[in-house]
Amino acid sequence: MAAEHTIDALGQFRLFPALGPLGASVNFTQSNLMMLISSAAILWLLWAGMRPRAIVPGRLQALAEMAYSGISGMCTEQIGSEGKRFFPFIFTLFFFVLFGNLFGLLPFAFTYTSHIAITFALALMVIVIVTFVALRIHGLHFFSYFFPAGAPKLLAPLIIPVEIISYLSRPVSLSIRLFANMVAGHVMFEVFASFIVMLAGIGTLGVIAAIGPLALNVALMGFELLVAFLQAYVFAILTCIYLHDAVHLH
Amino acid sequence: MTETKGDREPSFEDRLRVARTKQGLDKPAPTSASADMGGRSAMGIGLRVGVELVSAMIVGVGLGWFFDRWLHTTPFLLILGVLLGGGAGVANVWRLMGPKKPPA
Repeated sequence: MAAEHTIDALGQFRLFPALGPLGASVNFTQSNLMMLISSAAILWLLWAGMRPRAIVPGRLQALAEMAYSGISGMCTEQIGSEGKRFFPFIFTLFFFVLFGNLFGLLPFAFTYTSHIAITFALALMVIVIVTFVALRIHGLHFFSYFFPAGAPKLLAPLIIPVEIISYLSRPVSLSIRLFANMVAGHVMFEVFASFIVMLAGIGTLGVIAAIGPLALNVALMGFELLVAFLQAYVFAILTCIYLHDAVHLH
Repeated sequence: MTETKGDREPSFEDRLRVARTKQGLDKPAPTSASADMGGRSAMGIGLRVGVELVSAMIVGVGLGWFFDRWLHTTPFLLILGVLLGGGAGVANVWRLMGPKKPPA
């Protein structure tokens, strides 16, 4: 194993059935299991955090309150006073992505946000809701979004397709950004971890040299914690900006 | 209900005003939308621009390819899709990085 070790950077993203023969029969993978675990963790955080109902909050309650007021502030700041109506959606989205990113950093865990199928499904949900909200509020006037008010009529055949493609590229860029960040981080972990094993297989000198990639992985873990938060934040804030566009339409 | 001595703690009136503004009861203070987009690292900006360009191109090529297959016009709509996708990507980047519109 040690000497013959090859770098299998993408093997970690393979899906396996979880929960034994029952899970295998309905194709319940470890990705689905991680989703259930992180959803349960979010619910537990809010339930256990708000149970004391203390005026001076403890640590867990302070965390739950910060989570609530942070996302609530983001909604009202980015969308405006209408933003409160979208708070449950943004809150769920942010914490589902955040916990997926964070739990994916635990050893033996699986990062469900590293699959484009998951991130694209989330982004598709966002764009469908944004379009629905815009149609609900503005009716058919929404389609004026695809043609800026001051533009010359002659350019309409050029501007309208470009605007439509630009609008449709939102879910694609939203999903690729999250997915690519997660995949890149985990591939780097795998590559440097493989270096450790391969170097240690050489001999005493290799074991000493293996400290290099090990230190790099430790530093990378800190960076990946930052990225996990940042990407969840970006996902939520871009959803807010799209909702702002849908509500105010300019 | 005693008056606090130092000015360390904001007065009740101040806190009430902040809370009312936050709940949307008073008119909200003018906020700069997406002001936080600028304060990020060059690497982050570069990645965002790249993702915007690539995703617009994916959508353009995808639509062109799909309509080509549907309408049997291969390869003209794909060519058109590449051009429009590239244009939409540049439009995305311009919207992201271009001069901000004055708040209406």
